[in-house]
Amino acid sequence: MKRSRMLVAAALAAALALAGCGQEGAPGAEGSGYQPTVAENVTVEGSPTFETIQQRGRVVVGVKDDQPGLGFRDATTGEFSGFDVDIARMVAGGLGFAPEQIDYRVVPSAAREDVLERGEVDYYVGTYTINDRRKERVGFAGPYYVAGQGLLVRADDNEITGPQTLQGRTVCSVTGSTPIQRVRDQNLTTSIVEFQTYTQCVDQLINNQVDAVTTDDAILLGYASQNAEQLKVVGETFSDEPYGVGVPLADTAFRNKVNDLLQAAIDDGTWQTIYDGTLGRSGTPATPPAIDRY
Amino acid sequence: MDVLLDNLDVYWRGLVTTVGLFVVSGIGSLVLGTLVAGLRVSPVPILRSFGSLYVTVLRNTPLTLVLFFFAFAYPRLELVEFSFFTLACIGLTLYTAAFVCEVVRSGINTVPVGQAEAARALGFTFTQTLGQIVLPQAVRSVVPPMTNIQIALLKNTTIASGFAVFQLGSVYSVLSERGYNVLVGLLWVALFFVVLVVPLTLLQRRLDATWGASR
Repeated sequence: MKRSRMLVAAALAAALALAGCGQEGAPGAEGSGYQPTVAENVTVEGSPTFETIQQRGRVVVGVKDDQPGLGFRDATTGEFSGFDVDIARMVAGGLGFAPEQIDYRVVPSAAREDVLERGEVDYYVGTYTINDRRKERVGFAGPYYVAGQGLLVRADDNEITGPQTLQGRTVCSVTGSTPIQRVRDQNLTTSIVEFQTYTQCVDQLINNQVDAVTTDDAILLGYASQNAEQLKVVGETFSDEPYGVGVPLADTAFRNKVNDLLQAAIDDGTWQTIYDGTLGRSGTPATPPAIDRY
Repeated sequence: MDVLLDNLDVYWRGLVTTVGLFVVSGIGSLVLGTLVAGLRVSPVPILRSFGSLYVTVLRNTPLTLVLFFFAFAYPRLELVEFSFFTLACIGLTLYTAAFVCEVVRSGINTVPVGQAEAARALGFTFTQTLGQIVLPQAVRSVVPPMTNIQIALLKNTTIASGFAVFQLGSVYSVLSERGYNVLVGLLWVALFFVVLVVPLTLLQRRLDATWGASR
């Protein structure tokens, strides 16, 4: 009896230690200070999505919660913050809803099309790359940002300077993601490791288990800015990843409305304010992209 | 059908790794589990308690946690460097061995104690008694539960998805990234598993027919 209780205690202690080990230096995500302006008497003609939002009286937004600087949930306060989250708040404000009237749904990448098709979220903002295959299933407003594939390495590693210097080194990314497919297709290296989250990859990078983490530079900058003494982003980006706001496929009226809101934010400097308060803190400047209305 | 045919490369890569994980961990767990069962019935008290401790710890730890340990904690210990595939095999082997051990032990308990006593009387050592008299008879009654454990192991290999081992369980991530219907993709994965389990079931029937009859 006593021994089994000790076993349980030991197992619990081990579990707690393990659970904590991915959380070292968890980012203290401060708010960007951005406050959206809430529009009055908004109407969107012929948009079932907007009708649903009005009947509900709240906006349901799909986001990420594990991408510092983009879409991140503070584990202690439960607050969401980041560039994508502020864009989502800006859109909600333009639809006439204050930040308090937003419900955030954390959606894993693999389920994004499904939740939009089923109407479980009104729109989705979370490093969602626009591409033609996805356009068959969902609509995209934007792009509101153009990222590119980059490399995150240890700060003391001067051998990896870009995609052509990866031969023989171990590269990590999220299982099945576009960046890791590109590394495979271009034969940049044969040593590839895939985890479920970027945080796990970064953890393995710090532990010398992998030599580089690759994905959109926006995500990498988020990690590098939190742990500048151990990590750095290197090289030119080697792809274009236009991020869009995912909306239900058939709802063209709603898509146009979101495009209008993004355009307005770009024109009046709100976009720049949002960027400077979030990703801009990494010291990398950015200019807003051109909206693509298809 | 398109989902499968367009992504054959991914499915094939997944299937090969799944089978690899299963074969390595399956053989590993059978060997290790039998050894631990030997410990648990041995006349030496310290070996017996070590066997019990092993089974208690591994059977009561969720597999996810075991694999998590090998993927994230083990590398920090900086002992021997293994690939993530090897680490997953070690995790699956250790975990499954605990269950194999208990099945073998229950099989040993079905052998009448007189058999072991007779062997002892003839001057057999413990190892000889176990290896030549008891285990061969025990094997007969453990075929069905052992098959169940190995089928469970086969399906448990999908948990390695989260720990840097790309197998059938990881296929859906690629499909969603490529924009295919994930549900259809997963149905194909399920079908692959059915195809993988059928031979095991047939093997079980075969062994049951040959060994069970001589009872």
